[in-house]
Amino acid sequence: MSSSEVLITGGRVLDQTGERTADVRVVGGLIAEVGAGLAPSAGATVLDAEGCVVTSGLVDIQVHFREPGREDAENVETGARAAALGGCTAVVCMPNTDPPLDDAAVVQAVLERGRRAACDVRVAGCITKGRAGSELAPLGELYDLGVRIFTDDGDCVADAGVMRRAFEYTRAFPGAVVAQHAEDPALVRGGHMHEGAWSARLGIPGRPAEAESSIVARDIALARLTGGRYHVLHLSAGASATLVRAAKAEGLRVTAECTPQHLVLTDEACAQFDPVFKMNPPLRESADVEALRAALLDGTIDAIATDHAPHAPETKDVPFEEAPPGMLGVETAYSVVYTTLVEPGVLTLAQALTALSWNPARIAGLDAEHGGPIESGRPAHLCVFDTTERWQVDGHRLASRSRNSPWEGWKLTGKVRHTLLHGAPTVCDGAATR
Amino acid sequence: MKHLCSVDDLGGRAGIEQMLDLTDSFVEIQQRDIPKVPALRGKTVVSLFFEDSTRTRLSFETAAKRLSADTMTFTVGSSSVKKGESLLDTVQTIEAMGVDAIVVRHGAAGAAHRVASWAQASVVNGGDGRHEHPTQALLDAFTLRRHRGPSLDGCRVAIVGDIRNSRVARSNVKLFHELGCDLTLVGPPTLMPERLDGWPVSVSYDIDEVLPDVDVVYLLRIQRERIDQALFPTLREYANRWGLTVARAARMKPDTFVMHPGPMNRGVEIAAEVADSSRSLVTEQVANGVAVRMAVLWSLLGSGGPVV
Repeated sequence: MSSSEVLITGGRVLDQTGERTADVRVVGGLIAEVGAGLAPSAGATVLDAEGCVVTSGLVDIQVHFREPGREDAENVETGARAAALGGCTAVVCMPNTDPPLDDAAVVQAVLERGRRAACDVRVAGCITKGRAGSELAPLGELYDLGVRIFTDDGDCVADAGVMRRAFEYTRAFPGAVVAQHAEDPALVRGGHMHEGAWSARLGIPGRPAEAESSIVARDIALARLTGGRYHVLHLSAGASATLVRAAKAEGLRVTAECTPQHLVLTDEACAQFDPVFKMNPPLRESADVEALRAALLDGTIDAIATDHAPHAPETKDVPFEEAPPGMLGVETAYSVVYTTLVEPGVLTLAQALTALSWNPARIAGLDAEHGGPIESGRPAHLCVFDTTERWQVDGHRLASRSRNSPWEGWKLTGKVRHTLLHGAPTVCDGAATR
Repeated sequence: MKHLCSVDDLGGRAGIEQMLDLTDSFVEIQQRDIPKVPALRGKTVVSLFFEDSTRTRLSFETAAKRLSADTMTFTVGSSSVKKGESLLDTVQTIEAMGVDAIVVRHGAAGAAHRVASWAQASVVNGGDGRHEHPTQALLDAFTLRRHRGPSLDGCRVAIVGDIRNSRVARSNVKLFHELGCDLTLVGPPTLMPERLDGWPVSVSYDIDEVLPDVDVVYLLRIQRERIDQALFPTLREYANRWGLTVARAARMKPDTFVMHPGPMNRGVEIAAEVADSSRSLVTEQVANGVAVRMAVLWSLLGSGGPVV
């Protein structure tokens, strides 16, 4: 909560109200003034935003910071630093930790760790105790700690009866949402990549797209039955997008996110058996990539979240079938989306930010603070993104403790120059400050 | 060729035919009174086997010894892998001892590719999960050529059984196709690959429709655990519908050959009488395995000079 003044000068301010060239004055952690030609007060920190776009900070509603349990792969501090370098001011950590976030004390411990971090660190809580899929976790206690997203991410809640009760029970909690890792365990058991031409050729057992779309269809039916609120995590299959589109048209309370990797990469990436390209749900086919892009454009998919999933090198330096699923993402998402979708004209920058910041803040119930608009009186959670800088991804230079980036070696356009949390730079001139 | 992880590494039809021609000279060596040449003296070949395999491991080790290479065996049961050592550490440990070739058998697809990405030594895939078993495909083609002449163009081959889970099928489809064979995959739909895009094959669920026309019936081992996975109901039903019974064999052309990579389940995918009949090439496949693996090791490690 900095009381000192920060002045962001010379950038293009972009938010829900449009785009204009303006300086942004931040005082006491809040946006004080937005306008052209602002003069810094004495002692103010001036951040150059020439050639940059100034927006609300990114909100990544699906990250794995591995704390507690696998701090060798990542922890809240390193994960939040990586996220800040990627332009994030808020993240939601998934509850598949060890122990899992199915208990108020564990949730409090993670939130406590987050208070010193470079991002506003929120957590999702488990739907079921131990993520075992049978008994409800203490959803109300977790809600009282600020938890809004409930999921057994990593595992699908396969039991339709349990999912129904979760939808019903959370109706008592305004702003709560039941989020699903939609993959029917019976259809993906033993599978390690998308079931398709590549899995058949490589001899790697597959995980069919229908394992996802069948659960999404079932969950939409349950949301209709119960009036519950549903969010599809890392939606990957074109067929699932079709179902979500219809559910939205019907007026059901359904939202969806997808990852940058599912918007860009396909199952062909697994052809060299490199486990860095292994994740759940798996990278799919180019038809799915096209369908996801269309769904993002027409608003069927609300948000882009990274599913940032660090794994220690020794756990990925194994045969494909033995490696854990998951990829890094939080530090590269903005640049990857800019390079692969905005620069080629698939999305406007405003559409990209809708998915990277504005909508996910709303889904996670963080929109009072995060996700814009940029106007005086709002908390100064901001990102300054240089749309011209070119850089090459090098896993050894990422802030994450792990190196399993699917973008290794990619040349990207656009890089975060500054990130401000409560008006204080967490990233300044491309370097983390905490 | 630095590694042989996949049939793709052989360099297409020309490379495959070159390897098969080379195998001829090693067959000749095997028929000598002292079936041993100094071609790979001073070289060390390690077999790194994470799965049980008698014939493949013995075949590679015999091949290496007949080329005068030193051999070492690293089997999981008696190694530090049981103590939790990773594949990467195991490979680095073996490499530190100074080896020239590593023959890998592993239960995971792509394991040989992974080892090849870490190792300085040449890597030979001795079977990786459901992916490939390239030396099996070479020895099968070599065996077939001995009976049908050097050209397999137009040879009609039916591969019958658990295609989906078979590394032998994946290598043989590639290699037989390169050599010009017409391929038909036969078996229950649950044992077919889920997708066949790009596979140069036709598919039939009815073995009786296929058998009268083919020149070769290649049977794959049927594993009992597939029943637990609900892939077919019983071994008896499999044998009745897709097994090469005596009655079915009688309806084949007289010059149709029967092949099997072993080990066979007599009475399931193949009747004992058929396995032991004169049209069965099964024991010959095993015998040729040594010569083929000599050719592979010599190609990877040899000086490039004459075989002797």
